[in-house]
Amino acid sequence: MVMEIVCPAGTPAALRAAVKAGAHTIYCGFADETNARNFPGLNFDRTEMRESVAFAHHHGSKVLVAINTFPRAGDEAIWHRAVADAESCGADAVILADAGLLDYAARHHPNLRRHLSVQAAAANADMVNYYADTFGVKRVVLPRVLSVPEIAAINAETEVETEVFVFGGLCVMAEGRCSLSSYATGRSPNMNGVCSPASHVEYHDHNGVLDAQLGGYTIHRAQKGDAAPYPTLCKGCFTAGEKTDYLFEDPVSLNAEQLIPQLQKAGVTALKIEGRQRSRSYVTQVVRNFREAVDALEEGRPLPQGMLARLSEGQAMTTGAYKKTWR
Amino acid sequence: MSQTTVSVPRCPPLLAVPLRAVPLAPLSASLTAFSRRIATSHPGLFRRLGDYANTPFVIDPTDLPLVILLHPGNGKPKITLTRRPVQGAARIAGPLAALLGLVHGGFDGDALFFSRDLVIEGDTSASLALRNAIDDAELDFSEELMNLTGPLAAPVHRALLLLERRTGLCLTRPEEPAW
Repeated sequence: MVMEIVCPAGTPAALRAAVKAGAHTIYCGFADETNARNFPGLNFDRTEMRESVAFAHHHGSKVLVAINTFPRAGDEAIWHRAVADAESCGADAVILADAGLLDYAARHHPNLRRHLSVQAAAANADMVNYYADTFGVKRVVLPRVLSVPEIAAINAETEVETEVFVFGGLCVMAEGRCSLSSYATGRSPNMNGVCSPASHVEYHDHNGVLDAQLGGYTIHRAQKGDAAPYPTLCKGCFTAGEKTDYLFEDPVSLNAEQLIPQLQKAGVTALKIEGRQRSRSYVTQVVRNFREAVDALEEGRPLPQGMLARLSEGQAMTTGAYKKTWR
Repeated sequence: MSQTTVSVPRCPPLLAVPLRAVPLAPLSASLTAFSRRIATSHPGLFRRLGDYANTPFVIDPTDLPLVILLHPGNGKPKITLTRRPVQGAARIAGPLAALLGLVHGGFDGDALFFSRDLVIEGDTSASLALRNAIDDAELDFSEELMNLTGPLAAPVHRALLLLERRTGLCLTRPEEPAW
């Protein structure tokens, strides 16, 4: 069975581009704090979602709606409404992280398929099976901290489908629990849907030397000609004593394209591409690349060599935790 | 970890140099009329700008001898060309090819940022909103121009395609074949 390519779409145009480029499935979110890519100019209103789902279905693709932030006490109705609207728009599944919201969806929208977001950070078989048994979760998006053997071990102990990230921005933290952005800006990916919100980011170019500031703190300085990273604290570059280095991780993107055969053997159902904040151009190039790869695998042909480095943060790529070669 | 780079073409001097002598007022008026036509045919672009639909943007094609001040005007845009530095809430600077590539979906904005081909300064939220709104609008300047030129549409299109091939500037919206 062909591995499913799950692609990002931040706008209706990006969704159409993903469908045309061969995406089996597209994930997207509403234009509010219910999804973890709540950036200016991005996401879908209800009408756009309904029309986009219809477009995808017409072309044989599925749409998953990410409602993967954690509801704020007293405002749960915003998240409940999002689940109801995803169902009425015809979504094939919702991607949820919060246990309370999963419980709500299971009780009030039992026919709406539920996936567990990477934001829930379910990183072992017991946790995966707990979400399946308790809330009827059919698929779990695994966090980007597991090696291929660890993923195989999880799949050996569960009937739940697993989905893993294969390309894009590399979150190196326990997702859904990272507070770095909150410390610097007061806003977080988990509650507000924004890691390093643009409203708190400033760039200053001094004769080719680019300073990136988050919440008033300089977190990275790119010398003239150096590639620039996203302005996230986890990939910030700091000086302590006489040493200047990246604190947690170099500014690189994940690219596990050449690991697809191993991921298939490990029992993975779906391959996820990160980047709802990216353009139609990115979506088209990455989706085509990965669709060619899974089709080649299915037909027993060698995997094509990708040309995706330019699209990567810092213009550099890593296989991340899948091969555990970090310092 | 692997790395690679691809360069963005620079506007040929043959196109850029004459702009030093062109009077900017009539060109500004023409571009304003052109942008209002686009605003009429793509109202969703301004809806997607949201809070930034009235924010002044400085668009700086670094290989041209001019700077563009764009006032979205809540759907009634105004474009002013200037040869002097100008203030706006946000500044987006890069080679003309990069800026046109962003408009037509030929380039990815983040990739241009990573490679330092694109520089953004000032209100980052406003810049992001503009980039995302334009990407969703699926604009095609050549198509808009053809709509203006009536019976000359076909030769104008051919001329634009030739110019695109010769200069590397992304003057049309690339159409990807369906999978």
